[in-house]
Amino acid sequence: MTDLAQAIVNGILIGAVFALVAVGLTLIYGVMDIVNFAHGEMLMLGMYSSFFAWSLFGLDPLVSLPMTGLAIALTGALMYYGVIARVLGKSPLAQIIATFGVQVFLRGLAQFLWTPDTRTVTGPWADDLRIRVAGVVIGGPQLIMAIGAVVTTGAVALFMNRTRTGGAIRAAGEDPSAASLMGINPQRMYALAWVIAGAATGVAGGLLMNGYSSSPTAGVTFVLMAFVVVALGGFGSIAGAAVAGLLVGVAQGVVGLYAPSYTLAAALALYLLVVLVRPQGLLGTR
Amino acid sequence: MSQLTSDAATSEQQEPRHSVRRTSWPAWATPALVFGALIAYPFVMQDSAAHNIGILALTYAIAASGWNLLGGYTGQVSFGHALYFGTGAYVTALLVRAGWSPWLAIALSLPVAAALAVVTGYPVFRLRNHYYSIATIAVAEIAFLLVTNTSWLGRSNGLELPITEQSLANLQFSLQDKRPYYFVALALFALAAGGLALFLRGRSGSYVRAIRDDQFAAAAVGIPVHRYKLAAATVSGAVTALAGGFYVMYVLFIDPQSGLGLDLSVSFTLMAVLGGAGRFWGPLLGAWVLVIVQDVTRHEFSGTGRSIDLLIYGALITIVAVTEPGGILALVQRLVKRVRRTEATP
Repeated sequence: MTDLAQAIVNGILIGAVFALVAVGLTLIYGVMDIVNFAHGEMLMLGMYSSFFAWSLFGLDPLVSLPMTGLAIALTGALMYYGVIARVLGKSPLAQIIATFGVQVFLRGLAQFLWTPDTRTVTGPWADDLRIRVAGVVIGGPQLIMAIGAVVTTGAVALFMNRTRTGGAIRAAGEDPSAASLMGINPQRMYALAWVIAGAATGVAGGLLMNGYSSSPTAGVTFVLMAFVVVALGGFGSIAGAAVAGLLVGVAQGVVGLYAPSYTLAAALALYLLVVLVRPQGLLGTR
Repeated sequence: MSQLTSDAATSEQQEPRHSVRRTSWPAWATPALVFGALIAYPFVMQDSAAHNIGILALTYAIAASGWNLLGGYTGQVSFGHALYFGTGAYVTALLVRAGWSPWLAIALSLPVAAALAVVTGYPVFRLRNHYYSIATIAVAEIAFLLVTNTSWLGRSNGLELPITEQSLANLQFSLQDKRPYYFVALALFALAAGGLALFLRGRSGSYVRAIRDDQFAAAAVGIPVHRYKLAAATVSGAVTALAGGFYVMYVLFIDPQSGLGLDLSVSFTLMAVLGGAGRFWGPLLGAWVLVIVQDVTRHEFSGTGRSIDLLIYGALITIVAVTEPGGILALVQRLVKRVRRTEATP
């Protein structure tokens, strides 16, 4: 019984992280219908920024969060103006391939600059934390990552749904020409969406360094989950991503109890089952 | 956001056939030229490394051509084609280990892959756009995990094939002169190209293109959309399995990473798109370009210990997507058109 409770709690904690990783992806999709296949690599760059803030300046991953957020926000802006703006209005295949190219490029860049070695932040502040409730143990890094995930996801959702700028971004996504008649510059809103998605992804990378290591392929592990979470929740829906993240996390936790080598398969099967019943995902509209 | 949905823009990737091939360029000329060059290659390039490049390029060209039928012509962008490649490789490996003739083994792996395409495609083709693409990843990754955990499929260690007497019947040749492998690969590519050309020629070809351009319009004029997606997936899966079957006989080894990995699925897509998705010879060109780029960068920069092939690979793909989404072939066609126009107006 305690095992099951522990598995569920672990699942919820990792599920929150899945949701956080997925937020940037679903935001971009919701605004401009583009699946960013380089998302995992943006996350990986965020993890490296956090690592170097620690190894070069001795900053704890939690302290450097604003900086990692800023670094990847800039990466997002660069990616928008460098690549994405040039494939707007082209075929979906062209858009997919463009972001794929960036993915391969960024992974190659990390490998070239920083070698394939894994980089770990040893002894982050979160390690000292440990909570024990009724036999269920919650590790500090897991807890910190989950809290950070909830705060960041909530902040992005609030910004998108409750502020005028967030509304303008959504308007540009719904109908660019109508939005521009209302005095909204769609191009600028798209760029802003990339900046926000980048910031959220950078923060996610920084949070992950509390419990994971970075390497050129670090993004791959998480991004596959992020795709499943985004599609399961419904492309473009932040709330859907949050729900789906938790669902996938718990499913993985519970399956891991009985068949540890099939946790990923469980998440993928869950996705297939859901979309075969509801082809638009849990909270998707189309 | 609804105006930006996928189907509208796909017409862009269609080949401007009529404008380019207006003058005396008979239908047999392109295939004759292509196969002429491919036959000449191993005699012009003498060393074994060049033959190895050719063999791999042709193998991947078969797989990417298979992808092209479903992704390029039918508009169903699959990121899970390693499933079929792996099916071809694993079925062939198992049967050859059991003492079968490799030719028979490869031949049998094709209907297995085709059946798998129907079984997985039947439910998955209800999904559209990105939901479909993610589902193909999910199916292939589940297969990857199943194989990794199945002992009679070798788990993550993979399966080795026995080395037997060198003969065409055993599909094993000398490693000093790899040309026999090259010509077998070329013959299989010709077989695959012929099959694909047959499928694309008649009604089925027009139907799948209509589905790609607008599946609702296609359904509205009475095209059985679901059935033709399945038909395309069946042929596409079988062609890709052919590549997998040959691959395992060439390398004599298969493991989940080299036979079923996500990277493999993605590379089939990238090859087809780089050369020109929805263009018949696109995947062949893309496969050659990517295999050569990979080989050259690996040799040129291997001394530094830091690989640069991914950097170049990624940059190349991004540049093609940004400048000419129709791939290298579309770029060439555009140049040819410009040259002809300047010729016409002296």
